[in-house]
Amino acid sequence: MRPEPPAFDESFDIAVIGAGVVGCAVVRRLALAGAKVVLIEKGSDILSGASKANSAILHTGFDAPPGSLELDLIKAGREEYLTLGPGLGLDLVKTGALVCAWNDLEAEKLDAIAAQGRENGVSNLALLSGATARATMPGLSDRLVAAIEVADEHIIDPWTAPLTYLTQGVALGAHFLRNAELIEGRFDGEWHLATTAGTVSARAVVNTAGLYGDIVDARLGFSPEFEIRPRKGQFVVLDKAAYAHVPRIVLPVPTEITKGVVVCPTAFGNVLIGPTAEEQEDRVRATVETATLEGLLARGAQIVPALAGMPVTAVYAGLRPASEAKAYRIFCRPEKRAVTLGGIRSTGLSAALGLAQHALKLIEGFGLSLSQASDAPELRLPNLTETCPRDWQAPDHGEIVCHCEMVTRREIEAALISPVPPGDFGGLRRRTRAGMGRCQGFYCNARLAEMTRGKLREPLAIGNERS
Amino acid sequence: MSDADVIVIGGGPAGVAAAVELRRHGVARVVLLEREAQLGGATRHCSHSPFGMLDFHRVYFGAAYGRRLEAEAARAGVEVRTGHSVVQLMAGGRVELATPRGVETLKARRLLIATGARETPRAARLISGDRPIGVVTTGALQSYVAFHGLMPFRRPLIVGSELVSLSAVLTCLSHGARPVAMIEPGPHPLAPAPLMWFPRAMGIPFHCGAELLDIHGVRRVEDVTLRLRDGTLQKLACDGVLLTGRFTPESALLLQSALGVDPGSSGPAIDPYGRTADPHLFAAGNLLRAVETAGWSFREGRAVGRAIAEDLARDRDSGLDGDALIPVTFDPPVKLVVPGLIRRGSGAAPAFPDFQLRFARQARGRLSLVLDGREMWAQEKTWRPERRIVLPIPSAAQTAGRVHIGFEERA
Repeated sequence: MRPEPPAFDESFDIAVIGAGVVGCAVVRRLALAGAKVVLIEKGSDILSGASKANSAILHTGFDAPPGSLELDLIKAGREEYLTLGPGLGLDLVKTGALVCAWNDLEAEKLDAIAAQGRENGVSNLALLSGATARATMPGLSDRLVAAIEVADEHIIDPWTAPLTYLTQGVALGAHFLRNAELIEGRFDGEWHLATTAGTVSARAVVNTAGLYGDIVDARLGFSPEFEIRPRKGQFVVLDKAAYAHVPRIVLPVPTEITKGVVVCPTAFGNVLIGPTAEEQEDRVRATVETATLEGLLARGAQIVPALAGMPVTAVYAGLRPASEAKAYRIFCRPEKRAVTLGGIRSTGLSAALGLAQHALKLIEGFGLSLSQASDAPELRLPNLTETCPRDWQAPDHGEIVCHCEMVTRREIEAALISPVPPGDFGGLRRRTRAGMGRCQGFYCNARLAEMTRGKLREPLAIGNERS
Repeated sequence: MSDADVIVIGGGPAGVAAAVELRRHGVARVVLLEREAQLGGATRHCSHSPFGMLDFHRVYFGAAYGRRLEAEAARAGVEVRTGHSVVQLMAGGRVELATPRGVETLKARRLLIATGARETPRAARLISGDRPIGVVTTGALQSYVAFHGLMPFRRPLIVGSELVSLSAVLTCLSHGARPVAMIEPGPHPLAPAPLMWFPRAMGIPFHCGAELLDIHGVRRVEDVTLRLRDGTLQKLACDGVLLTGRFTPESALLLQSALGVDPGSSGPAIDPYGRTADPHLFAAGNLLRAVETAGWSFREGRAVGRAIAEDLARDRDSGLDGDALIPVTFDPPVKLVVPGLIRRGSGAAPAFPDFQLRFARQARGRLSLVLDGREMWAQEKTWRPERRIVLPIPSAAQTAGRVHIGFEERA
């Protein structure tokens, strides 16, 4: 029998459960408000679940359900990102988006989509003819019938943003507890949270457990208010050579079932095609499938013909924490001092900062006395985007370790000793882009294995060659 | 004002051979840019197979071959700059590069790109399944053992049956790993059949016509599912997947330039002098077509080096843009033809005496070379996939209006 993990002798104001993009943003907001926060994460790093795979778009909310809380939070989150981003070195690229109608049936729906966008307070919308839309993006297929231009859509770095949120939280004294799966929570005026890494006490909890949102609610002793139904999305990432052909986000006309396959540039200079929308039971496995990936490539080439035959850099799949309802599943239980931010399907990256504001507002109603609110600590994580200067362009970077993504030794070493260091290889990749390029580690994987020896939960190498 | 007469990009066998040859022909400033810390390219981590027999008439293993290249380059007076990574090819013989000091731009009268080839990784193969740790290419595996004394797995499945796949088996066996099986999706092994006795003799089951359907594993590889030739599914416990071969030219610089790549070879299209459509830019080695031996690449580099030296001696810095370029056309299942361009009006002896061809699949039929509708050469037989086929370039090709490599398949 393993001994019981030790209890933390300090007690926290608030425990946040789940270190996805929403959890990281909530920790930051609560820490800024003066709370002593602990972030409890089942995985070995942040963004281990739904947040590791998304389209990296900062949405305007033009197509969100009118009058919904989701819309309000997307807009609030986006607003805060636009204000906050520059000071934190969080780059964003205003690509704009085109909602493309490829036949007359789809074109008929554009008016309603534009009307919804205006109702949602997104003013920078224009209905364009196919030819006019193609003038703004010549790579689009000439089958384009018409489009709506949403000028204010942005692409962002989906990994550095949440890492920055948490790093700010940690700078304000927040504690990040990894490899800590919540087993059970008990409330007796205070929360006692038994985790696989020890017991944590806190006066309030926020459930931001994403794909496990309903399970965490149950383990906290709440009767189920919602049910997570994972929805898988597969993506293909094309070579940087594709980037020149896709300067804008290309959205399809959504159907009742799905928002459809997007073709968009990434902040890292690639092109993304995806996601699919596939319901599944499994909350862990997000497999890619050859036929689906081939289908995405074919779809991409229909939309932007120059993408045909473009080399594939990466493929991935993620799970959205969808629920039985379309709306966010947000619950507040003041008598237990608990907030659940659940069912944040695909707008989590855009809405995270808004959700964090919302969570703070709900928690303020609990009447906890917090210490003095702080100013946001000034910090700046290394830039990974192609639109700002990268480390390899500066002198004394040591050497370039990953040649495809131009990642320097200095960047990798810095990530390994950063305030929130990577817990696994995926985490290192998300912090540096190392190994994410076209060769997928042919050149640098062994080097990374050497540099990360003893530093990751699951090592790349399984030991000495002859042992 | 140029920083060099010739800048060579890539310090593998082709690049070094070209640089040395340029110096031998009296070209004054030859700068060799290599992004790694040592020369040698892919040969650096291949500790098992011998190199150097064709080029230096001696046998070298792995890093020793790279050291010989370094010695040759130094003796010839090549300015070698390691740790210099070219990030952009620009028109007019200019390159942008990352150096330990930051970003620089260099200009030369001619550029030679010889960035070699690498294996196709898991993502680009679109293989189904989870994406756990433990799925690597032979190049990555050999870097683990050669540079770091590490191993990524103990019981891998090996995918592929090229020569490099056998090298992968050898690397595994000599470093304490025991492959659970070896599979080839095609109907026949791609390496010469007798060699395929080797894995079997080592007790490694080898399946042709077997597909990797699924990789399973949450953190590390736990098992794979194969579909064997007879359609049966086999689940095989393993702790890694070793993807071997399916080399592809390392043509990132070209893909992002105005020049692009040849859809057949995925490398730059060149004329028989090794010159691309950009008159300042030449190419040689495995970048042209994946994949040949180090010795082959070395000799190709040497020949293109000589062609560049002759070109510089004629001092044709301008005027080449006006030359007519004719693409060499071909019928499927021929996959690629190198050189893929004929440049009319070129004078001196070409660097490439032959067309190099590859078939995409096994096919029986009649292969022919047709100039302006006139058949110059033909042969009928069974053509194996991924084997080198060479076909002499007749001098008449230099003045032909249409150069076609025809194939008629026989049932």
